[in-house]
Amino acid sequence: MAIFVDENTKVIVQGLTGGQGKFHGLRNRAYGTKVVGGVTPGKGGQDVEGVPVFDSVAAAVSATGADASFIAVPPKAASVAILEAAAAGVGFIVCITEGIPAQDEAKTFNTLVRDYPGVRLLGPNCPGIISPGKCNIGITAGEIAELPSAKGPNVGIVSRSGTLTYQALYELKQQGIGVSTCVGIGGDPVPGTSFVDCLAEFQEDPETHAIIMIGEIGGSAEEEAADFIKANVTKPMSAYIAGVTAPAGKKMGHAGAIVSGGKGTAQGKMDALRAAGVRVGLNPTEAGSLMAEIVKGLK
Amino acid sequence: MDLFEYQGKQYFARFGIPVSAGGAARTVDEAVKVADASQYPVVVKAQVQVGGRGKAGGIKLANNADEVRLHAGNILGMDIKGHVVKCLWVEHASDIDEEYYASFTLDRAAKKHLLMLSAQGGVDIEEVAERDPGAIVKLHVNPVEGLSEATAKKAAADAKIPSKAVDGVAKILVSLYECFTKGDCDLAEINPLILKPTGEVHALDAKVSLDDNAAYRHPEWDEYRATEELDEREQLARESDLQYIGLSGTVGIIANGAGLAMSTLDVVNQVGGSAANFLDIGGGANADQMAAALGVINFDKNVKSIFINIFGGITRGEEVAKGIVEALSRVDLRAPIVIRLDGTNAVEGREILAKAGIPTSKLESRPTMLEAARAAVAIANGK
Repeated sequence: MAIFVDENTKVIVQGLTGGQGKFHGLRNRAYGTKVVGGVTPGKGGQDVEGVPVFDSVAAAVSATGADASFIAVPPKAASVAILEAAAAGVGFIVCITEGIPAQDEAKTFNTLVRDYPGVRLLGPNCPGIISPGKCNIGITAGEIAELPSAKGPNVGIVSRSGTLTYQALYELKQQGIGVSTCVGIGGDPVPGTSFVDCLAEFQEDPETHAIIMIGEIGGSAEEEAADFIKANVTKPMSAYIAGVTAPAGKKMGHAGAIVSGGKGTAQGKMDALRAAGVRVGLNPTEAGSLMAEIVKGLK
Repeated sequence: MDLFEYQGKQYFARFGIPVSAGGAARTVDEAVKVADASQYPVVVKAQVQVGGRGKAGGIKLANNADEVRLHAGNILGMDIKGHVVKCLWVEHASDIDEEYYASFTLDRAAKKHLLMLSAQGGVDIEEVAERDPGAIVKLHVNPVEGLSEATAKKAAADAKIPSKAVDGVAKILVSLYECFTKGDCDLAEINPLILKPTGEVHALDAKVSLDDNAAYRHPEWDEYRATEELDEREQLARESDLQYIGLSGTVGIIANGAGLAMSTLDVVNQVGGSAANFLDIGGGANADQMAAALGVINFDKNVKSIFINIFGGITRGEEVAKGIVEALSRVDLRAPIVIRLDGTNAVEGREILAKAGIPTSKLESRPTMLEAARAAVAIANGK
């Protein structure tokens, strides 16, 4: 088991003929992901190293039976690409595009909610999702993810930051701890999938025994997660929040990482998570060691 | 990007939001010229992006050209909480009957737009929220549906805005929403929104923050960018297309990825140091990017040590190492580097650094983030 994706997930890459799409799409295929097609308007009939390219998502879906899409197109084209995938019946959409205007993101998200309520969007501006040994959609280097062990315990990871996600995967690999699924929800103001969505799935996933959560300053997603954890999550958790020393009013690289009006501070988020029973590390390594302790206790 | 008041008002005017007749001035003579054209009395306002201008003496009423000359002379060059006044906004002084508050932002938790409206304007809205939370109407607007004039009227009535002003306020709300959405604002705020004795409603102040991600479809933003208040380091970083924020500490930071860069600042702080900057070098971390990043850090005279924190995911360790060696041959650094290189092919990368013949007084390598932070802070603190 894993969350959102598994070994049967069939993926098309929107933007497969572009630099990013080709590089990551082919890496995902090399990892073992079923990359069944690509979409680039006007390039239907071509192929990228054996992966057939279609003019539209609808054509790709009807020819391949794809149920997931990996979107790697520039910001200007991303909203249209997301809605095209949803309209073609793709149920799981991963968008790695960075730099989409917040107004477009808000409109696209609410259009999905209204017109395609069953569709899940991961991202934008996210590293993607990996279920080690089964499926890798996005830009994560598959080799740094430890395979889950049959008897467990295995850890689920959910994170707002790309590099800190890799860091978490790496810390667990060093300790020989298996990963069930690792989800990067992205650092933008309107993420399609939230911490809460992932926590709910991990709680239900029999292959996940403990959860690491990596948050950062800005917004209130971590506080909402803390409320949810308190009420619904029984699996043990560790967490790390980046940006304790970030100055107020500055966007720290990610469009969503900003402390404004005293809201969205790292301290507030850590306090909320601690109060929900989560063990909070002061740096990524500490969150990893805390998880190692938790896992030891589960064996 | 945050706009100055005068830029915000010019932006509002594009969307049909009424503002006072006036203009920007960078010299005393310009101020008099604008005042003469705006009809006396006028208000002379310091253009700085910090609150409390009025209390600091940065806003003055002038009844004639001599008074404008006096006040403009005093305010230009004035230091308001560390912000030096380089520009004034001079406008016709409005008669005010009542002051309201209106703003649009994105409510990230609800994933919808949020209108905040209050009949108690002219003061800090956080103060109102604390003293009398019921006085602020909060209304979510679905970005797919937008804001209708009928909904805006209802919001105005709910906020207890007197009936004679409701139509005028509603009309401005619809225009302000258009400015917020089509104008790609993160924040569009009017405080105060005033009712004049004549019954007209208009914006007496403007606070606008623009979404940098939307800059590609707003060529008109270029002029705002030209006046943005950046320190020299930030200016240099922008020219090299680096994600850089200047801070006041002594440890220069370079990391790949925004999250890791933030985390690096935290760890430096935890072990008793302070960061001189935030710098996300991005995914590639090739020699050109590394040389540009080191160049910006080297420009900062406060920097006593440089902490390069790289986690190789798709970027392989040996590529990063080659980039650093190459960059070091191009930039002559004043401060030593401590590097932590981890992740994909980190062993090969460390080997390249070790064999490059760089003396340890200039570059040392540490296996973990924490150890590297300690080493960098020890150098910066002179231990």
